[in-house]
Amino acid sequence: MVKKIFIVIILVFFAVMLLPLVKDFTPFQELSTTAKEYVQKGPDDLGAANLVTSVIVTYRGLDTLGEVAVLFIATAGVGFFLRRDGNKIKRKQRDSSQILQTGGAFLFPLILVLGVYIFMHGHLTPGGGFQGGVVMASGMVFLLLSKISTKINDTVLHLIESLSGAAYVAIGVLGLVLAAGFLDNRFLDLGEFGRLLSAGAIPLIYSFVGLKVGAELVGIIDNMQKDQS
Amino acid sequence: MSTIIIAVLGAIMIAAAILAVYQKSLLSAIIAAGAISLLASVIYIVLAAPDVAMTEAAIGSGLTTIVFLFALNKVRKQDKDG
Repeated sequence: MVKKIFIVIILVFFAVMLLPLVKDFTPFQELSTTAKEYVQKGPDDLGAANLVTSVIVTYRGLDTLGEVAVLFIATAGVGFFLRRDGNKIKRKQRDSSQILQTGGAFLFPLILVLGVYIFMHGHLTPGGGFQGGVVMASGMVFLLLSKISTKINDTVLHLIESLSGAAYVAIGVLGLVLAAGFLDNRFLDLGEFGRLLSAGAIPLIYSFVGLKVGAELVGIIDNMQKDQS
Repeated sequence: MSTIIIAVLGAIMIAAAILAVYQKSLLSAIIAAGAISLLASVIYIVLAAPDVAMTEAAIGSGLTTIVFLFALNKVRKQDKDG
């Protein structure tokens, strides 16, 4: 009883603390100075049709590098804690149903292609490296669930992950050497606005981010699945 | 119009959150937690932020749910083994 009263008091306290945010909220009538600068100069400057992408990959590219690093550390942590007892006796697993197997075989390539599409078109349409990578990883999860016997080759996974991570940083350094700064996309030709091969290095960077994120998430799922039996 | 949609979705989200906390069955709680993310991604689309919506739908309601299900499976097995 005392505990419940305590919880209610804390909730009321939070409500009082957050109330001014709601009460004094007025929608912004115009963009802030930084946002205005990005909106006005972004398309001409970087040549990306999707402004969100040009902010994430170029203007705030260092943050994205940090996010990818955080994801890498998370994957490493999961791998470290789950793979301690690898050589236990495997329990015999029941095959998944016919519907799931057929659906998995049909949908897995489509989901993979959708993921590749999302990160290749990150500079034109909503989405990008992270979203495409996650979609690809969920396709792999679907395959793992529908075909229990599927084994994922760890070496290939780690190779994809580390090579694309290294390539991401290498492109960043190339931007530093050949253009204005770290992760600057303008060392490649900006091309025609709105085409697939435009916006300099953004499609390249996003492809590497997508591959890296996809490989990392597949690694997490694979570790958890191997740990099941 | 969009205010009404957001209010309705927000109410369902709160209901799902309460369900996730008070649900006896852990499986249902995980599904309810995934539903919260799915509704949040719909709200992001209404607010014209498709990039965030894609991330939320794919990570929040997709992968997180799967990871939780794997973890639940593992915890159950350990419970059974003693």
